[in-house]
Amino acid sequence: MAVKLASIFFTMILVDNYVLAKFLGICPFLGVSKKLDSAVGMSLAVTFVMVMATAATWPIYMGILEPNGLGYLQTIVFILIIAILVQLLENFLKKFIPALYKALGVYLPLITTNCTILGVTILNIDNGYNFVESIVCAAGAGIGFLVAMVLFSGVRRRVEQAIVPECFKGLPITLVAAAMTSLSFMGFGGIVSAIFGV
Amino acid sequence: MSNSKMKILTNGILNENPVLRLVLGTCPTLAVTTMASNGIGMGLAATFVLICSNIVISALRKIIPDQVRIPCYITVIAGFVTLVQMIVKAYVPSLDKSLGVYLPLIVVNCIILGRAEMFASKNGVLDSALDGLGMGIGFTITLTIMGSIREILGSGTWMSGLGGLIPALGSDFAIRVIPESIDSFSLMTSAPGGFFVFGILMAGATWLTSRPKKEKAAAPAETAEGGNA
Repeated sequence: MAVKLASIFFTMILVDNYVLAKFLGICPFLGVSKKLDSAVGMSLAVTFVMVMATAATWPIYMGILEPNGLGYLQTIVFILIIAILVQLLENFLKKFIPALYKALGVYLPLITTNCTILGVTILNIDNGYNFVESIVCAAGAGIGFLVAMVLFSGVRRRVEQAIVPECFKGLPITLVAAAMTSLSFMGFGGIVSAIFGV
Repeated sequence: MSNSKMKILTNGILNENPVLRLVLGTCPTLAVTTMASNGIGMGLAATFVLICSNIVISALRKIIPDQVRIPCYITVIAGFVTLVQMIVKAYVPSLDKSLGVYLPLIVVNCIILGRAEMFASKNGVLDSALDGLGMGIGFTITLTIMGSIREILGSGTWMSGLGGLIPALGSDFAIRVIPESIDSFSLMTSAPGGFFVFGILMAGATWLTSRPKKEKAAAPAETAEGGNA
């Protein structure tokens, strides 16, 4: 059990990295990775919401939607849960943990439309994970997002100083740099299954 | 059709191409374009949702209160996405399989929410429908071009899987562009190839749109910062 959980966790970080291998959450990846501290803030907020959203959507799907044959409502229900959750979280942090709100607050409204959150909740159901596995998978996906953002903010600082052709300035060259970063992550393929033997 | 209507329609194809110029909807663009036929399928599904949600949101724009507009928009969009999901599952199961999780993720595709917020909430029903159609066509064309490049270089074929969309072609339809004796560049169909082709295409679009008038060559990075999802 512990081995399986560890394998899910590290697979999500290194092999199935949401940003670099599965192309989820590209917009914040390109938008907020300019500075290291905003990259870390955004990723922590995403990780937090991901775990919370999974903890909320999994029981609702398995307990209410699935037994009543309402599985087709998954998309609508999940996005509404995520929207409500983000709003609640914002109000809660504002009131009770102002320090954390100050650090993560600006990123919270953007998270509702972040495809990693909806993606991880749907994929957890599709993969047939149980509750604990889903939570671990969500946490791994969030940490993986953090790793990708932090690494890429470093790459980006170097890229911004490079001299490139006029039409490549800005995003195009950033995307080419992202291709290189993603290529380096391909090197992790198979490493997790080799270590944990699953 | 009057000139201004035509302009709304063609705006989305190059000048305000949602993917290459506004940098919206990057996730599905990168993820599903391993095959040209996937690009067409994704583009058509998103176009349908875009037109319908633009019409509904523009018709309701005076009724929806300003403070809760985003949740309202998302609910409308999610409704149409569920509709598309059911249609695709019923009639094109092969497409449903290859698009996977990215089909329900049209809900959070920022092109749709972006157009609802930027265009449909301020304009009439007909204009909004045309805007949705134009943006959808721009999205579909970009996805198809990107899918074609990645598929031809990565697997040597073109339009394989189109048989799923058009049953008359047969399920194993594919045009072989690069002969099998030449090894294909399989990196193109994996993740790094996606980023790379997208970067090159975006540079191409910047070059095309900034070429005739030099003063319009504003850095695309500025528009990109607004696009979040």
